Order: sequence, then C-alpha cells, then structure tokens
Amino acid sequence: MSGTPKQDFGLFSNVLPSTRLRWKGRVEFVIEYLIRFAGLSTILIVGLIFYFLLREGTAAFLDIPLRQLFGNRWYPIEDFFGIWPLIVGSILVTIGAVIIALPLGLTTAIYLGEFAPQWQREILKPLIEVLAGIPSIVLGFLGWVALAPIIQQMGAPTGLTIFTGSLILAYMSLPTIISISEDALYAVPKGFRDGALAIGATQWQTTWRVILPAARSGLVIAVMLGIGRAIGETMAVMMVTGNAANIPVLGPDMIFQPVRTMTATIAAEMGEVAQGSLHYSVLFWIGIVLFVITFGINSLAGRLMGTQAGRRRKGQL
Amino acid sequence: MMDEQSSTGDQSLMDDQTPMAEQINDNKIEVQDFDFYYGDFQALKSLNISVRRNQITALIGPSGCGKSTFLRAMNRMNDTIRNTRAEGIVLLDSKNIYDEDVDVTELRQRVGMVFQRPNPFPQSVYDNVAFGPRVLGLAREGNGLEEIVQESLENAGLWHEIRHRLRDPAFGLSPGQQQRLCIARTIAVRPEVILMDEPCSALDPVATLHIEDLMRQLAEQYTIVIVTHNMQQAARASHWTGFFWLGKLVEFNQTAEIFRAPHEKLTESYITGRRG
Repeated sequence: MSGTPKQDFGLFSNVLPSTRLRWKGRVEFVIEYLIRFAGLSTILIVGLIFYFLLREGTAAFLDIPLRQLFGNRWYPIEDFFGIWPLIVGSILVTIGAVIIALPLGLTTAIYLGEFAPQWQREILKPLIEVLAGIPSIVLGFLGWVALAPIIQQMGAPTGLTIFTGSLILAYMSLPTIISISEDALYAVPKGFRDGALAIGATQWQTTWRVILPAARSGLVIAVMLGIGRAIGETMAVMMVTGNAANIPVLGPDMIFQPVRTMTATIAAEMGEVAQGSLHYSVLFWIGIVLFVITFGINSLAGRLMGTQAGRRRKGQL
Repeated sequence: MMDEQSSTGDQSLMDDQTPMAEQINDNKIEVQDFDFYYGDFQALKSLNISVRRNQITALIGPSGCGKSTFLRAMNRMNDTIRNTRAEGIVLLDSKNIYDEDVDVTELRQRVGMVFQRPNPFPQSVYDNVAFGPRVLGLAREGNGLEEIVQESLENAGLWHEIRHRLRDPAFGLSPGQQQRLCIARTIAVRPEVILMDEPCSALDPVATLHIEDLMRQLAEQYTIVIVTHNMQQAARASHWTGFFWLGKLVEFNQTAEIFRAPHEKLTESYITGRRG
C-alpha cells in the first residue's frame, strides 16, 4: 500500500488530529483579532483626534463672531483673536519654501536618477536620508545661529524672517521631494529611455522630453507631500521666523519681514493659557484650520496618485 | 560557395558574381575581432561578421548567446549599461564607431533600433514620429515636419490605418500597430541601418507577417539586422543568417544555404530543433 503522504503540520504535527485542529483554530482566532485590533485602533485614534479638536475648539466659533476670528489682529491678551495673520504667515513661509525646494529637489532627483554615476549615487542617497533624519529643532538651531546673522548683515531689520523660515523649511522638505520624485523617475519604463536614446536624442533631451512628462503625476505628488511636510512643521519655524503676528507689507522686501505661523502660535502659547479659557479654545480652532488645510493637501495628493494608478491600469502611462 | 547560385532564385542574393573589391564596398557594417564584456563575463568572443548593404541579416541562436548584445553593440546602446567593455572594431562605412571622435547621438541617428516590446512614448501618434526630427533639429512644424511624419508612417505601412488618429495617444493602438509606429519613429530620422531586436516576439502571427512584409520593403532603402528567436522568420525574411552560440559566431552565410545545408554540425542541430 502506498498510502497518502503524511502531511506536516509543523508545530502540531505530533498531536492528535482533532486537538490539532482545535489549536490551529484558536491560534488563527487570536492572531486575526490582534491584527484587527491594531488596524481599527489607528482609525479610532484619528477619529479621537478630530473629536477632541472639535470639542475644545467649538467654544471659539460659538463665542467669537466668524468675522473677528478671521480678523487682522492677533492680540489674545486684549481678546483680539484674528487668526488671519497666522494663516498668511504659514502660507507665505510655505510658498517660499516650495519656491526654493521645488527646483532644488527636482533637479537633485533628476541628477540622481538620470545622470549621476554609481559612486556618487551611493554617497548622495544616504546623505539625503541623513538630511531627512535631522530633528527639526536642530535645523532651527542652525537657522538661528548661522543663517539669521547672515540675513541681518545683508540689511534686513532682523535675521528672523519669512526668508529664513522658508530656507530652513525648504531643506526639511527636500528629502521628501527628492526621494519621491526619484521613485517617480525610476518607475518610468526603461523602454522609453532606450527608445529616445536609440533615435539619437541626448541624455538631456531624453530626460526633458520623455522621462519628465511620463513621470509628471508622480512629481506633482512629491511636491504636494513636500508642501504638506512644510506647512505642518513647527519647531524650526518657531525659532527662525521672528513670531510677530503681523501681516507683512506687500513689497520687494516682504520676505525679509518676520511673521508668525499657525503651528508656532499653538506651540508657543499652549503652555501659557488657562485650560478652558477662550484663548485656549481659539488655539484648538487654529488646530482645526491647520488640520483642514493639510487634509486638503494630502487628499489632493492622494487623488492625483489615484488617477495615476488608474491611468497605469488603462495602460496610458 | 558557387553552387548556391543555382539553388537561390533571389536576385539580390547573387553577390558572388560581383568582383571581390566591390563586394567589400558592399558591406555596410564590418566587424573585426570584436569582444564584449559585462564586468568579467565575456559575452562576445572575437566576432568577425559583415553586414551587407540593403539586405536583411538575421541573427539566430539560443537565449543568452550574445546576439542581442551584438545588435546593441552596433549602435552603442550597450554604452547605457554600467560596467561593460567593448574591444575590437565595428566599421560603419569604413569608420570605426568605437573611435573616440565618434558622436554617439549621431551614430544612433544613422543606426536606428526597434525593440523587442513596442515602446512608443506616452504621447500622441504624431508626437512619437515627430520626436526624432524635433530633437535632432531636422524639421520644424510648418517646415517639413508634417511631411516627414506622413512619409514615415506611409513607409511603415501605417498611414492609411491611422491618419485620422494622429492626435490620439499612441497607447491606444494595437501592439502590432505600436511596433510599426516604433519603426516609423525610427525611420523618421532617416537612418541608414535599422537594428531590430526580436521585433515580433510580442506580436500575434498576423502582425508578425505584417512586420516581415514591411522589412522586405524597407530593405530597398535600409540595411536591416534582425535578431530573432523564430527560425521560420529568419528563413522567410532574411538574406543572410548568422548563428550565434555561447558568444561566438558559429556560422554565417546566405540564409538559404544555412537552412538547406549548414556547414557546422552545431548549426544543423540547432535549426532542426535538437539543440537550444
């Protein structure tokens, strides 16, 4: 008799079949619930965050008219809770950071992905990861000690300005932009590259006319996530932007004026307010506004990523 | 070598009647003692082969025998692979393409390439064909570019099928059409040689025959070298056949001769399906 080959049940192979099955069932059950718990807890925590933000922040827009909430004066001691200067501050610093980081990040990614020889890539990529790992407070410190004095010497009234903040933020979002855009370039099928080179296009023509258009949506996502990283940043910005809650006067030297961002406001004033006071509630209200902005940016990036995936499926990318 | 004239009716194959000197001039590409290395691995071993002008030369052999490597050596596409080394001489119209003063982009314009998988750019049909003339500055919009695109598509046998779809994305075409589009893209820069790396392996039989017909027409203007896994294709569509084995050129002769009476035992066992 040949008989059926003995199946190996690993850990339970020496136990009676019925017991074995019962044990297997229990282990499966426990593992499944552990995984499910871990997954659901993330959703729960996000939900709780939003709930507490809303609970603590509602008092602000119940007690203060919306017009005043978005007013031009942030002077909490005299009950002026206009957060407009803070929104403007955040946006200006972020835009500045993007203007600096975008060309720098994209060109670095293009260089790394298309032009750099292997040995340079092996040095540069870990360095970029190191840049990503620098704590923001250290970068802020660097801005404070090294960058701000230089900017002041250049003739600005203070070294703690929009420009200083943008520069520091740019370097903070660079690793995100570089690594994601490099992935996007890497994902471009090799056939496109070969096809262009085989016709007689130069390396740069190939990159500019074929690779970059093909990687476009991935590059947009890289920039969006870079912006997301920049707008939510707190410590570094708090140290180098001067924290004056005023709206900068339009003009050529606008970027050399100090501002205060939403994140810095929350971080700086949270420790000083009485819990449950109006000021306290307004700080949460700022948190809600910030949450909505970053959520908007992230979901826009997510949607772009979704359309990219969709186009890939249809074979159009 | 003399008896093959009687066996082949094709006029273009009667090279042996021409005097020796002219025959040498008739070589579009001449390869002399060519070696190629991937790192320490020698992929091509002292290759000597001549590619005749305006004829179709097929390269056959099992996977990894070096035939694609050799193809890519003729327009220096191997330069894009790291850690490779070429030694020896590849003469294109008696000029060594591995000389230091050779402009690789110009070389690749003269020696075009069609790849295994159709690789149109993610752009419109028109932009795909216009790509080469644009980057090489051969023509501009309203100054000959439209004509080049039309002519190239006509020569690739594609114009009548897709002339109303020039602005559509190239990915909307069938694989066979995409491959012919890639051929149109290649001939749009007026090359002298077209290298084809298993151009039909991703296509169905009908599309394959279509490409083979096209190759015969193109051979009137261009010199064609094709790598193929398909023995029937080599037999059907080429004038000359080279059989590669482990990085060496085992046998090179007129196609009819190779398939009718191969000189080498190895060739015979490969084409009859006993090896490979």
